Amino acid sequence: MRTGRVLLLSIISAVAGCSGNQAALDPQGAPAIHIEHLIIGITIVCTVVWLLVMIVLGWALLRKRSSDSSQPGERSLTMIVGSAVAATVIIIAGLTIASFYTTRGIGLPENAALTITVRAQQWWWQVIYADPDPVLSFQTANEIHIPVGQDVRIQLESADVVHSFWVPSLAGKQDLVPGRSNSLLLRAERPGIYRGQCAEFCGLQHTHMAMMVIADEPADYQRWIAAQRENEAIPTDQDAAAGKIVFLSKPCAACHTVRGTPATGTTGPDLTHVGSRQTIAAGLLETTRGSLAAWIADPQTLKPGNNMPMVPLNSVELRNISAYMESLK
Amino acid sequence: MTTRHEGEDLRDRGLDEMELDRRLSQTWSTPAGLWGALSTVDHKIIGRRYIVTAFVFLALGGILAMAMRLQLSQPEARFIGPDRYNQIFTMHGTNMMFLFAVPVMEAMAVYLVPLMVGTRNIAFPRLNAFSYWMYLAGGLLLWIAFAVDTGPDVGWFAYVPLAGPQYAAGKRADIWAQMITFTEVSALAVAVEIVVTVFKQRAPGMSLDRIPLFVWSMLVTSFLIIMAMPAIMIASSALILDRLVGTHFFNPAEGGDVLLWQHLFWFFGHPEVYIIFLPAVGMVSTIVATFTRRPVFGYLAMVMALIATGVLAFGLWVHHMFVAGLPRLGESFFTASSMAIAIPAGLQIFCWLATMWAGRPVFKTPFLFVIGFMVIFVIGGMTGVMVASVPFDTQVHDTYFVVAHFHYVLVGGAVFPLLGAIYYWFPKITGRMMSETLGRWAFGLIFTGFNLTFFPMHILGLQGMPRRIYTYQPEMPWSGLNMFVSLSAVILAAGFLLFFIDAIRSAVSGTAAPANPWEASTLEWATSSPPPPYNFARLPVVGSLEPLFNNPETLPVASGLSVDRRELIVSSVVEALPEARESSPGNSIWPLWSALATTVLLIWSIFTPWAVVWGSIPVSIALIGWFWPKGTPEDDA
Repeated sequence: MRTGRVLLLSIISAVAGCSGNQAALDPQGAPAIHIEHLIIGITIVCTVVWLLVMIVLGWALLRKRSSDSSQPGERSLTMIVGSAVAATVIIIAGLTIASFYTTRGIGLPENAALTITVRAQQWWWQVIYADPDPVLSFQTANEIHIPVGQDVRIQLESADVVHSFWVPSLAGKQDLVPGRSNSLLLRAERPGIYRGQCAEFCGLQHTHMAMMVIADEPADYQRWIAAQRENEAIPTDQDAAAGKIVFLSKPCAACHTVRGTPATGTTGPDLTHVGSRQTIAAGLLETTRGSLAAWIADPQTLKPGNNMPMVPLNSVELRNISAYMESLK
Repeated sequence: MTTRHEGEDLRDRGLDEMELDRRLSQTWSTPAGLWGALSTVDHKIIGRRYIVTAFVFLALGGILAMAMRLQLSQPEARFIGPDRYNQIFTMHGTNMMFLFAVPVMEAMAVYLVPLMVGTRNIAFPRLNAFSYWMYLAGGLLLWIAFAVDTGPDVGWFAYVPLAGPQYAAGKRADIWAQMITFTEVSALAVAVEIVVTVFKQRAPGMSLDRIPLFVWSMLVTSFLIIMAMPAIMIASSALILDRLVGTHFFNPAEGGDVLLWQHLFWFFGHPEVYIIFLPAVGMVSTIVATFTRRPVFGYLAMVMALIATGVLAFGLWVHHMFVAGLPRLGESFFTASSMAIAIPAGLQIFCWLATMWAGRPVFKTPFLFVIGFMVIFVIGGMTGVMVASVPFDTQVHDTYFVVAHFHYVLVGGAVFPLLGAIYYWFPKITGRMMSETLGRWAFGLIFTGFNLTFFPMHILGLQGMPRRIYTYQPEMPWSGLNMFVSLSAVILAAGFLLFFIDAIRSAVSGTAAPANPWEASTLEWATSSPPPPYNFARLPVVGSLEPLFNNPETLPVASGLSVDRRELIVSSVVEALPEARESSPGNSIWPLWSALATTVLLIWSIFTPWAVVWGSIPVSIALIGWFWPKGTPEDDA
């Protein structure tokens, strides 16, 4: 065990070094960096204390006991135990203060210039970029773009049960509680893709409720915003055009929105730019035509219990509709 | 019952040992056969049943844990589907907390406390019988429901609205909520019995400063149960009402509050940890004293630490809700209070260390488990300090880091002492010794297996692995450690298997145990192993904290109790001065009928609120039967 503890620190550095994009010890944003410092600090203090206790334990058990005359005095034992308790109090007070300062250092989401609303549902993330001008507002799903080096306030709401928003490389987690509105400060120092995952048990597919935070350079971010504000890309190739007709004639449109078409359902994710997203089904599959087809053909096998029903399609319809989805860049 | 003439009251004065034993046995023994087994109120028989039942639930919960480890051993495994997996982790948590950890500690107390305070039976022995039947019924309800695929699947914490009427269709969440009612009724009953036994039935002379530390810890635990359990009973009843009759306690759309559930649950849920941990502290103190051949250092400090922990336990619950979005200032208060509980915990650790240092350790199996406890529990305490910090917690809350943390606390802090306690008190309970060789092997396997299984989970949590997921994708960096953890769990399971084999083998054919095999100093060792039905032929009189220290030839005893009716001594709360001869109820079948009637009412009420009305009729009949004066000396006195 002692080696286990020593190993921890080396493992911490190993974890921090690897490319894991969902790790508390691979922080890429100010809040997560502050917390990482606290984690390492407390871990070191606690490891030292534990080692000391173990040394005393070993010594107390194995020390040589010469003769009956070596009975230690109760008074000196009282002194030692008393000092150990006093040391505990001091260490505990120190850690508490360190914790307070970290909380303050993380910053307040209220001061952020940009607000993005995340509304969690079983089992995906609805992301709303609201604008006073409704024409400029848009929605996306399971993918949040933010500008690098800027404080972003994420407003957290839930449409059904309690979920928890957690992108460990950027910040600690915060619950999304029905009937309440929480907020969280997010900030990325470097461009990159940061994975997050629902952290509060939310039912059958809690496991498959991931999302990506993509930090873009400010110019890229503006380009992305502009693209998202556009209506659907009118399909140009034949398959996709046929797919659009299938999409609008089947039950798909009852649950999904594709802006610029009659499809205005709001139960499922907005699909206006689904082809431009990295993943589908809340981080379950990479967005490719093949995975889109697999998902549409049988969502219940890939993510049992999710709210998307299997819509019977023949192979041509399936090919066309996947082509259409892929074309919605 | 011997024939008895009016006005004649045969006392134990002047009877020789043989005659005394014959007459007391006749008065106190449980009749053989099924009827006797069902109607007994002997705290030793009920305690034994309680312990065995709790360990059966431990084994079942362990099997569920192995099933989860199988599923998580590799990414995207398909051994268990999401629906079954959610039931399994809910069952594992619910079973371990409500059917194993709390009951097993109470079970140990039901058996040991009356012996340790030197009395003949627990207070309210029929309530004790009732509490066991209720516990058994609650356990069966949960496990039968699971066997027929109706096991709860909302987590052992059953957060609303997921567990509410809208998102948890069917009866699964109701099974969970009603199982709570069963186990809480039984826990509250035992808590009341323990408090009264400790306050009013101590042997003459056992003043407050002479109570064994295990008894102190059970006293504090019992008060915790009495104060914490009502919160969860209110919460689970409100949940059943929301689900069954359409109230809106937890429905924000109608003015209810989702966080109300979390507050109520954790107001119980955090003291629950100490309800499990404090008895273990008492066990550790007992074992440390016996195997270092000296009293525990700092008796007063230890008692004060127990009480301080018990009080602080009620001021920490919000640290389970640090990411729920409560005001930051309030959260900081709970960081401070959660950190502060490390102070009494540390004090106890230091006192045990001082005892070990000053004593002469004897490395028998029970003591090995205590050493294992020290190593593991201190790690659990350290990670406890970590999660008490709000910013730290926001990264590790609901991840495998927390899974590792609370297994270090609960397995390290409670199960290790408990296993040590089983090795320690097994000879008293069964009259036979457990195997020292197998005990050492079991300890080695459990200690190694435990650390290899749970330590890597800290790292998995920091790598971003959330709890309660039934699988993970191969691109996540978790596969290697998960496979390692699953393989290590096999070592841990092998250790427990060896423990069970040893316990069963020793109960059947272990070497016979003398009255006091460990040369311990508390009163339960002053009587034979196993104790006679009446516990002590003459009730001991206590003159010190360690009445059997240095194996005294004789122990002063009190005499004057009746031998042909069940009698014990009632003593004063502080000084334990004898106040009265009090009769103790005899065997009765009515607690069983009452428990059965209550069971019918509670299960029926999952389906219709009218069950509370109609079901209360058989409950009333059973209670009337229970309390009806029957003309027996114990009942009339």
